[in-house]
Amino acid sequence: MTQTPTVPMDSPPAPSDLQDERLIRPTGARDTFTAQIKRIRTGDLGSLPVIVGLVIIFVIFQILNNAFLGPQNLSDLLVGATSIGVTAIGIVLVLLLGQIDLSVGSMAGLSSAIFGVLLTQAHWPEWVIVVVALAAGALVGLLYGFLFVRFGVPSFVITLAGLLALLGAQLALLGASGTINIPFTTGLVAFSLLDYVPSWLAYVLAVIAAGGYLWSSLSRSRKRTKAGLSSPGPTGTLVKAAILLVALGAIIAYLNTGGNTAGVGDSFVMFVILIVIMNYVLTRTRWGRSVYAVGGNVEAARRAGIKVNRVYIVVFVLTSTFAALGGLLYAGHLGSAGLDSGSGDYNLDAIAAAVIGGTSLFGGRGSAWSALLGILVIWSISNGLSLLSLDSSVRFMITGGVLLLAVIVDSLSRRSRAAAGRA
Amino acid sequence: MTLVSEVSSGKHESVDPVMSIRGINKGFGAVQALTDISLDIYPGEVVALVGDNGAGKSTLVKILAGVHPQDSGTITFHDKLVSIPTPAASRALGIATVFQDLALCDNLDVVSNLFLGREIGTIALNEVEMESRSWELLRQLSAKIPSVRIPVASLSGGQRQTVAIARSLIGEPSIVILDEPTAALGVAQTAEVLNLIERLRERGHGVLLISHNLADVQAVADRVVVLRLGRNNGEFRVADVSYEDIIAAITGATDNVVTRREAAVRAQTEEKNK
Ligand SMILES: Nc1ncnc2c1ncn2[C@@H]1O[C@H](COP(=O)(O)OP(=O)(O)O)[C@@H](O)[C@H]1O
Ligand SMILES: [Mg+2]
Repeated sequence: MTQTPTVPMDSPPAPSDLQDERLIRPTGARDTFTAQIKRIRTGDLGSLPVIVGLVIIFVIFQILNNAFLGPQNLSDLLVGATSIGVTAIGIVLVLLLGQIDLSVGSMAGLSSAIFGVLLTQAHWPEWVIVVVALAAGALVGLLYGFLFVRFGVPSFVITLAGLLALLGAQLALLGASGTINIPFTTGLVAFSLLDYVPSWLAYVLAVIAAGGYLWSSLSRSRKRTKAGLSSPGPTGTLVKAAILLVALGAIIAYLNTGGNTAGVGDSFVMFVILIVIMNYVLTRTRWGRSVYAVGGNVEAARRAGIKVNRVYIVVFVLTSTFAALGGLLYAGHLGSAGLDSGSGDYNLDAIAAAVIGGTSLFGGRGSAWSALLGILVIWSISNGLSLLSLDSSVRFMITGGVLLLAVIVDSLSRRSRAAAGRA
Repeated sequence: MTLVSEVSSGKHESVDPVMSIRGINKGFGAVQALTDISLDIYPGEVVALVGDNGAGKSTLVKILAGVHPQDSGTITFHDKLVSIPTPAASRALGIATVFQDLALCDNLDVVSNLFLGREIGTIALNEVEMESRSWELLRQLSAKIPSVRIPVASLSGGQRQTVAIARSLIGEPSIVILDEPTAALGVAQTAEVLNLIERLRERGHGVLLISHNLADVQAVADRVVVLRLGRNNGEFRVADVSYEDIIAAITGATDNVVTRREAAVRAQTEEKNK
């Protein structure tokens, strides 16, 4: 025998994406695992560092105070994380474009002031006020977008100006009254502080999440196989869906052991649903693709026929609108709208959450999920420290340190991606 | 005999050119970048456009790509007089231009780059269809890309050039313009791209190749058009012309084939007029 064919004659042809002989392809579970390790070592970290960090934070605070992981405290933690978390979704969007919005805190403050004033002084119906506040956010974002594409002013300057101007508007609106108390009977307070999703509904949502994941993965595999492309076997997908279902079910069951004042908060469920929607839009639609393209190489995007200016404007609008929504939830959660709503660390927490969650400051890299992961890290630290009755001075310093760490990880992984050819 | 073969149209008498440009002039303020330029491109033909720095090659490419319009002169595309006011108009005509900087998004994978701006799918992207089409296209070009699901940043220079060229073919253009595609590449990668240019010719595209490298030009081009100081300075069939003759036309040495040919043509007409 002079020739040894690598493929026996009667075996089916390889999928058309796996025919290149230089392609390193995993064949078994072991290879998949080593491929994963290799990816991480070459700087493609994904969400691994955050998850590891979150586990470490949980362990430390649980050791220091065993109420930390109790169902009541965890329920509060999730609900408390929501308003800044929703704002962080918007920050993820601007960061993907390689831009920034420094005024989300002021926007949130303005929107909570709008809610407080229109509710207690003008007595408008709540849903109208919500629409007005969100529209105010959209309008501010439209202005930012216009200034950005029309005059080419760097976004951090525009939004820094916005930070001051919106703060001024918030103070003017609140006027002499200063802080406005929002009655606990309003729907907003119920939604963002008091109400938990009924447990049957929480379980149904968990089943929908796992089922949706299973269905979309399997149907994608089926389409790929039909088109002659490689696809992962169904076993892995089934296992992952099962793990997801069990994990979500366990979390819900655990939170529900806390009684009437614990569970999965209404607003937290909305937060997660918003993330799922934004993740879909970013990864599966043409518009999402254009966001990543603009963040990666504006000139290339422009030459490819993408309406770059429109992408910028829509993203600025979405970011300010998410900030306005965050402000409403903040007012509801606090039961008041004051001069200091949205001030202080709100702004930086929202930006830090996106970066800690793994969205790059350099544009073009990141995911909607980083808003959730990042805010969980920040809020766990904040919640844990207040359980220990440490004051904000310590909290600021620790959050600052974590943000610095996240930025260093971002820069380092960018460098090692470049070295390993994954930049 | 050599004199006749220098005249390009010999082979193409039966076929119409895809694109003919005639008498193109373009000035930038005081600089006359192009004067009375004429050029034909036929289907399935690789035309090399050569010339010294500042000869006006990039200016001509930019006119064809719709970056800026010519001052005067005509462009005929498939026998129709056209104007190319914008890059989109150029693309719509069927002219694909691969600029020297490639314009790829490093953070996106090969499939996303290939289909950037013309993704398949109504609301949701049809990733499966795009990936199959990508493989089909890359295979037609005999391109060596290990995976289409890795970010283009992780590809070699030649592979990136391949992706950029493949992307220009998504809209099935009649003409592909390549601006210095091998300038930044090593030996093996250059060979890869030259192979690719041969594939383009086989697929029936007209190719306009701008290059400084005469070895590359002689390896793949059918015809060489020389620009010098913004004017046509000779046109040769590659098979019949020597390296020295092209150099002479580029540098404008006084005793070269062009001057000799002009002298011969003049002699001929004078002969006829007698
Ligand atoms: N945008 C421009 N403005 C002014 N002059 C230009 C511009 N583009 C090209 N030129 C001039 O036109 C001439 C031809 O340039 P170019 O087409 O870039 O040459 P090549 O690509 O052959 O090196 C040069 O003298 C150059 O200075
Ligand atoms: Mg040039």
